[in-house]
Amino acid sequence: MSAALLSVRDLRVRFGDVEAVKGVSLDLNGGETLGLVGESGSGKSTLARAILRLVPVSAGELLWRGEDMRACVGSELRRRRRDLQIVFQDPLASLDPRMSVGEILAEPLRIFEPRQAAAERRGLVGEMLERVGLSADMAARHPHEFSGGQCQRIGIARAMMLRPALLICDEPVSSLDVSVQGQIVNLLGDLQREFGMSMLFISHNLAVVRHVSHRVAVIFRGRLVETADRDTLFAAPAHPYTRALLAAVPDPKRPWTAAEPSVVEEAVVPPGSGCPYRDRCAYAAPACRESVPALEAVAPGHRAACHRWREVVYS
Amino acid sequence: MTILAIDDLRVHFDRRRTRLHAVRGVSLEVAAAECVGIVGESGSGKTQMFMAAMGLLAPGAEAAGSVRFEGTELLGAKAAALNRVRGSRLAMVFQDPMTSLTPHLTVGSQLSEVLVTHAGVSWPSAESGALRMLERVRVPEARRRLRQYPHELSGGLRQRVMIGMALLCDPALLIADEPTTALDVTVQSQVMDLLRSMRREIGMAVVLISHDLGVVAGLADRIVVMYAGRIVESGTAGDILERALHPYTAALLQCVPNLHGPRLHRMPSLPGQPPDPGTDAPGCAFAPRCAHVTQRCKAERPSLQIGPSAHAVACHYPLPA
Amino acid sequence: MTALHRLTANRAAVCAFAIVFLVTALAFLGPLCNPNDIETLDWAHVAAAPGRIGAHWFGTDRLGRDLYARTLEGIRVSLAVGLVASAISLVVGIAYGAVAGYLGGRADQFMMRFIEVLSGLPLIFFIIFLTVVFGRSPYLLFLAIGAVGWLTMARIVRGQTLSIRQREFIEAAVASGAGPARIIVRHVVPNLLGPVIVYATLTVPQIILFESFLSFLGLGVQEPHASLGTLIAEGAGEMESAPWILLVPGGFLACLLLCLNILGDGLRDALDVGGEI
Repeated sequence: MSAALLSVRDLRVRFGDVEAVKGVSLDLNGGETLGLVGESGSGKSTLARAILRLVPVSAGELLWRGEDMRACVGSELRRRRRDLQIVFQDPLASLDPRMSVGEILAEPLRIFEPRQAAAERRGLVGEMLERVGLSADMAARHPHEFSGGQCQRIGIARAMMLRPALLICDEPVSSLDVSVQGQIVNLLGDLQREFGMSMLFISHNLAVVRHVSHRVAVIFRGRLVETADRDTLFAAPAHPYTRALLAAVPDPKRPWTAAEPSVVEEAVVPPGSGCPYRDRCAYAAPACRESVPALEAVAPGHRAACHRWREVVYS
Repeated sequence: MTILAIDDLRVHFDRRRTRLHAVRGVSLEVAAAECVGIVGESGSGKTQMFMAAMGLLAPGAEAAGSVRFEGTELLGAKAAALNRVRGSRLAMVFQDPMTSLTPHLTVGSQLSEVLVTHAGVSWPSAESGALRMLERVRVPEARRRLRQYPHELSGGLRQRVMIGMALLCDPALLIADEPTTALDVTVQSQVMDLLRSMRREIGMAVVLISHDLGVVAGLADRIVVMYAGRIVESGTAGDILERALHPYTAALLQCVPNLHGPRLHRMPSLPGQPPDPGTDAPGCAFAPRCAHVTQRCKAERPSLQIGPSAHAVACHYPLPA
Repeated sequence: MTALHRLTANRAAVCAFAIVFLVTALAFLGPLCNPNDIETLDWAHVAAAPGRIGAHWFGTDRLGRDLYARTLEGIRVSLAVGLVASAISLVVGIAYGAVAGYLGGRADQFMMRFIEVLSGLPLIFFIIFLTVVFGRSPYLLFLAIGAVGWLTMARIVRGQTLSIRQREFIEAAVASGAGPARIIVRHVVPNLLGPVIVYATLTVPQIILFESFLSFLGLGVQEPHASLGTLIAEGAGEMESAPWILLVPGGFLACLLLCLNILGDGLRDALDVGGEI
């Protein structure tokens, strides 16, 4: 197995006095999907944008195919962008309302293949529209004429036009009806199998991530608190926050139970050092106030940042 | 005792010479202290139904039929009569609290304003009323929050403030339109918890509108499923969740993202999308997407048949029990 | 074509457009119907009231020049100044404002400081200076007014650009590898045209009025040419004895300004809601 496609080491992103991403490290291999789950404000979207250099990285290492991405600037950075693409959360907002769908899809081609013939471009646009489940004659229409699910397909088509090696999906289905979410998630899964790209799939809902991910990482207040392969994380989570996330998924078949006390309050960030989750944690102990737990191995390929993970796993 | 009675409600918009039908003849009743969940995809008419009831339809939209709240007809009522009822006896919480809270007024002043306007109290006592409500909806550091502006609060907190605002005058009916859709799952469960406990405390009726059956399942006594402007199934929560008769309802149940199905590669979903509100095809509106469709379904529209325990369905071939 | 629909549904705007169109047509085709020109002095009919004599349909001025021909020329000049100056300020203002707004940071600060400095300079002195150096001519007028008009346009465009820049499709364009030039030209400018066009149509009447004011002061169009401003200036002096010398050009000016304002309002109403073209 070759070295990881994307390698992030101790990445930090700071906006003014707020540090949104606090030393995240992860690897992504070719053809693999990493699900990244966290609540609003956890820094997951900021992390995605930092990887794409859409926001500045304050510290840490960012390697793409072994090369230092942080050092890239200007036109060299733009050149790299063909390999790293993103699908946004709000499908309609990410499409320029004044351009037709065809023009939106043709733009990546125009940027990277300026000498391409117009007819060939049109053909590629039509092909990609069909591939994402729309029809080629929709190229003349404008984004506002489409539903949320269709707009998201257009966004995915745009990202796929240059066959990127990495596709970051930032909450791609959170603003869609549940009946349509599966269509988009399945489409992404199909595209990944067909084109062999890697995916970073970001969501606040573990249940959505379950279907497409090979591995899952959980992020809380800017830090990774657990990483594992998919089956392990769902069957035997080692971090209390992961357990709380699993418990929060509504299920019409299960009779309602009171939300775990750990999820009830939106507490203020506790001052001082110590685990940032301790105020919401059902397993909090005095040791948790002492130091921030680092990610430690629970089992091969499974790491959790919790002082009391043994209690969590074995309870 | 019925507090809300909707009878043959029809809502349409005229746009560019075509008529878009949002609600096509819906009748339903909400009893006191009952929770009714209204489920449907975007465009099913579930929101427009209650916008019509509250008199909040966009300009250019027209409503016909009858909506009676505690005996008073709401459709076509004068603004003064509506304002007596809205915000006090009949309250609404919207999907995006960011846009429903005034950005340049503090949280405290918005809450106080409701009390001053509807309960006629003075500003100082309105302010302490606001503080008490924030504590009741479990907003941490309530006193500090009173002086903050909406954008300084997280999505979940804003939604709690909205709910608090709606509850200030002890409404008989709270309409919650997709209250958790814009929120994370973790915060979603907190807000649903809040609605549950508030409902118990005040004894009010709740109409919970959502596209997600999972959300509705946690609170509703009765569930109404809508598709393309019509009711396709309704019944008690138990009937709908465990003995769904309409293929659409069954499909929606499948689509709720959950952790307990087999480890599938494919996430369940409904193919296609709802019909264009400007058209009115003969036959069942769900036919193009139904797995059990027949010729009869495409030609003849099924009407709502009411069965035992008030479990109603509009389908020629309801699913077997 | 929702915006077009809304515009055509607005009766006032449609009327206003029709009137502007007719006046413009009159200004260009009118002289063909009438034998008089703008400078011939008709000593036989000095300060004549409007009538059929000598084909002086609008009368004559103190020097016996035909008011019909002069008024129509005045309208041509005023419209030309209004439109050309607006066009100049539009093009320069959009280019400057969009670049400043998109680049942000120090470049933006510097560019905006520059505008503030220019805005602080007394406009009239600047124009007088230009007139002294280059003599009086309509072209100078275009340039001078356009050169000043772009300042406000640039500010407006920069403001619009700042809010467009936050929108997600701009981020998407960056993620697609587009450079700043492409983003400004293909994404920012088309999306700010709505409010900007509306603002431009509302500045046309302002500019015409300003030109009239300058001409009234003696700084604009040179004899024997006329603009509505110079005609009004002449007419003001004859108000008691030959009121039509003031009323005819003044009436046309007022009518044009009113209609352009109504049209601008109509455009804004049509474009603002949803903003689709």
